[in-house]
Amino acid sequence: MTSPTDRYEMVVGLEVHVQLKTRTKAFCSCSTEYGAPPNVNTCPVCLALPGALPVLNAEAVRLAVLTGAALECSIECTSVFARKNYFYPDLPKGYQISQYDKPLCEHGRLQIGLNADAQPIVIGITRVHMEEDAGKSIHDRYAAATAIDLNRAGVPLIEIVSEPDMRSSKEAGAYLRVLKQILEYCDVSDVNMEEGSLRVDANVSARLRGETKLGTKTEVKNMNSFSGVERALESEFARQCAALDRGESIQQQTMLWDGAKNEVRPARSKEGSHDYRYFPEPDLPPLVLDQSWIDEIKKNLPELPRARRERFGTAYSLSPDDADALSASVALAEYFEAVARASDDPKAAANWVRGTVLATLNASSGDLRNFPVRPADLAQLIKLVRDGALSNSAAKTVFAEMAATGERPDAIAHRLGVLQERDEAAIEQWVTDVLAEHPAEAQRYLGGEKKLQGVLVGLVMKKSGGRADPKRVNQLLSARAAG
Amino acid sequence: MSDAAAVGAVRNAFARMTEVNAGRDGLNIILWSDQASAERDAAAVAESDGPLAGVPVVVKDNIATLTLPTSCGSRILEGYVSPYEATAITKLRAAGAVIIAKSNCDEFAMGSSTEHSAFGPAKNPLDPRLVPGGSSGGSAAAVASGICRIALGSETGGSVRQPAAFCGVVGVKPTYGRVSRFGLVAFASSLDQIGVFGSRVDDAALGLEVIAGRDARDSTTAQHSVPRYRDSNGERLDGVVIGRPKEYFPESLDPALRTLCDRSLDALRSLGAEVRDVSLPHTDLAIPVYYVIAPAEASSNLARFDGVRYGLRIEGDGLRGMYEATRSRGFGAEVTRRILLGTYVLSAGYYDAYYKKAQGVRALIAQDFRDVFDAGVHAIFTPTAPTPAFAIGAKSDDPYEMYLSDIFTVTANLAGVPAMSLPIGRMNGLPVGGQVIAPHFGEPDMFRVAYALERALGREAHK
Repeated sequence: MTSPTDRYEMVVGLEVHVQLKTRTKAFCSCSTEYGAPPNVNTCPVCLALPGALPVLNAEAVRLAVLTGAALECSIECTSVFARKNYFYPDLPKGYQISQYDKPLCEHGRLQIGLNADAQPIVIGITRVHMEEDAGKSIHDRYAAATAIDLNRAGVPLIEIVSEPDMRSSKEAGAYLRVLKQILEYCDVSDVNMEEGSLRVDANVSARLRGETKLGTKTEVKNMNSFSGVERALESEFARQCAALDRGESIQQQTMLWDGAKNEVRPARSKEGSHDYRYFPEPDLPPLVLDQSWIDEIKKNLPELPRARRERFGTAYSLSPDDADALSASVALAEYFEAVARASDDPKAAANWVRGTVLATLNASSGDLRNFPVRPADLAQLIKLVRDGALSNSAAKTVFAEMAATGERPDAIAHRLGVLQERDEAAIEQWVTDVLAEHPAEAQRYLGGEKKLQGVLVGLVMKKSGGRADPKRVNQLLSARAAG
Repeated sequence: MSDAAAVGAVRNAFARMTEVNAGRDGLNIILWSDQASAERDAAAVAESDGPLAGVPVVVKDNIATLTLPTSCGSRILEGYVSPYEATAITKLRAAGAVIIAKSNCDEFAMGSSTEHSAFGPAKNPLDPRLVPGGSSGGSAAAVASGICRIALGSETGGSVRQPAAFCGVVGVKPTYGRVSRFGLVAFASSLDQIGVFGSRVDDAALGLEVIAGRDARDSTTAQHSVPRYRDSNGERLDGVVIGRPKEYFPESLDPALRTLCDRSLDALRSLGAEVRDVSLPHTDLAIPVYYVIAPAEASSNLARFDGVRYGLRIEGDGLRGMYEATRSRGFGAEVTRRILLGTYVLSAGYYDAYYKKAQGVRALIAQDFRDVFDAGVHAIFTPTAPTPAFAIGAKSDDPYEMYLSDIFTVTANLAGVPAMSLPIGRMNGLPVGGQVIAPHFGEPDMFRVAYALERALGREAHK
């Protein structure tokens, strides 16, 4: 017998709200800084004082257009702001300025990976529209009272609405990760779910496999991580499947995810469905953009993750796995690329960055932007190894010092005395000494017992403090045995 | 102006204010004033070389001023003092004007009689048994009673022109986008415009010159440069074509009003103007369209008065109870009526039938004006209101009858064109206004006609 979740197919569409990285709010010149004392970043406009009027932030428009272009949307030269009316204490005007029937960007697409047949999985983007954030209601600060912080009120948002094209929680997770990466590449948002600069609502429905009609959906909210989204979707999908199996119909409603209990529960109903009474915002004329301005933004789109991954594969001969890992973030990709160029050794650069650099960062919870090891210094370290001046193990020691002090690798190698010895006489002397100090092994080796060579090389390396070139030591020992 | 002269002008204004406004028999046209503060301001601007140096100005209570309250004639904003001032006020003060008082008005500018004020009805200075018109009745009456010669009002459907007509003064509603709305408490954003009252055309032209212009804080203001409207003051109207729209002179028009209008049209002809019969065929739809669009926008604009951040708050059962108690006790009957109407027409399932259709008809009304002006007409002449001032209480129980008093004025707001009212004579001893309407940003032509007509009628305008 198959479980209900095998017989049904999950259908998911996502609504992602993203705070744009502007210095000032969407409709006034208040700061958007996160974490300021409550209600400090406010003015007559974002407090909705009588008589105040909104003025659109041009930088917010640029970032929204940039995002739309990166998601392959058509950008509308004329879009219209609309008022979404509802009463809530953290919504000062009693309406949110948003866009409704004439959004800025429409009909985009996002490739989120490859399916089992190596065909791209493409998720449709219905629209990307501009709007403003609400303030925050704080229910747990004062007994029997709700506190309102309007610092966030009026912070510019874009809402990215997908088509119901995702068929599993895994695809939803992939969509979010790819989307986040693109937003980060475009530098339009901090994309920080914990600080609320990226928020996800999911529309999910279940239908029998093979069915083409959409089932009744519910909206799932209150997820604070991508894995939370995936778990919430699984949980809600299972609930719907079980209900359908019992012959019940699904009620269109809002569900809240409780990450701690790993379950969804219905939100307290807000007097049935909201009627937002949308109408065009009369305080703002239609947003009219020059096609040439839009084209300029499209032309100057930054290299997006997929393009960079492909270029890493071809330009630096990286494996798909390396290319993927090294393009995970803009900072990492740029770091790698700088090391690869300066060292002229992409393979070594890839190994160092993927391995030691990331491990060091992870261990210290550090950030690449203020990592003490500059790309040029790592490139020099790679060159020292390539030129035989440092052994691989000495290089690891030197790197650890670089990460701790920010010093240059040659200076550290000198200070630690780990540069490899190139003086032939010195190496000869270490070989001679080792053979003299271990007469039994020496006799057996010179007598033809070749397998002892490894042991003797090790002893010479130890005696030299790692400075002897192991290749040269091998050659010298072989010569003596042959001699 | 010398220090003493400026302070003296303010003192005179306050003396007159005390005389007419206060007491049980007072006109109740001024709500808030502070003589000491006004005198300090007067002393400070004495050195100003601005065009309004030392001129006392009365401002409607829905325009944000520092120090004096901005209550919009509403209980919900009683005692509210704005922490910022309207752009129009900043410009007036920069020109040397002294803001002396805030005037009574219909609550949130919703009304045509200044009876719907939470602070009691204002009375007409010419006959205290009559309304001064509205909603800017207090400002019109302040000019008519000699407190000041320039006052600010606001228009959404005739709220400057109609009280100007009722009080026998000049009232101007500029082109939509000509004057910044920043600091004007919104009623219906796509119709609202600050307007100017003057004791004569020249005062209104000067006042508008000062407050007009692009404002970065109001995205709906126009870039157009501001002409010197006082330069429109000329002798003759040769080559000027005046349109006489038949829809504004119906069979039912009061014969005495028709006679006064005809006299004005004759005066315009005698100055060299050509008077041409024209038609604005969608005029009869203006009132219904207005009473869909204006309440719709109002229902959203007035949502911010929720008891959370400022103004009146009455606690109730939970959040919803607080909203209900605050808003139902804070707003008067007319405001409540319009919020309900506006909420209804924007509701899902009704939007297309009402709001969207009204916007379509609004476009036709605007096109009517364009057609007439494109055919070579420079300005349109009509009566401002179908009747002179009516008795207090006469229409306050019949909203529809009240709404009809704006029948000749709402069209200009719907079309966004400039229009003004000036006195053209009296009926049964009561002032009657004539309206001059011009194309978008056609204020210079509008003033040219008004200046000429005012001069031609002379003392007849007030007889």
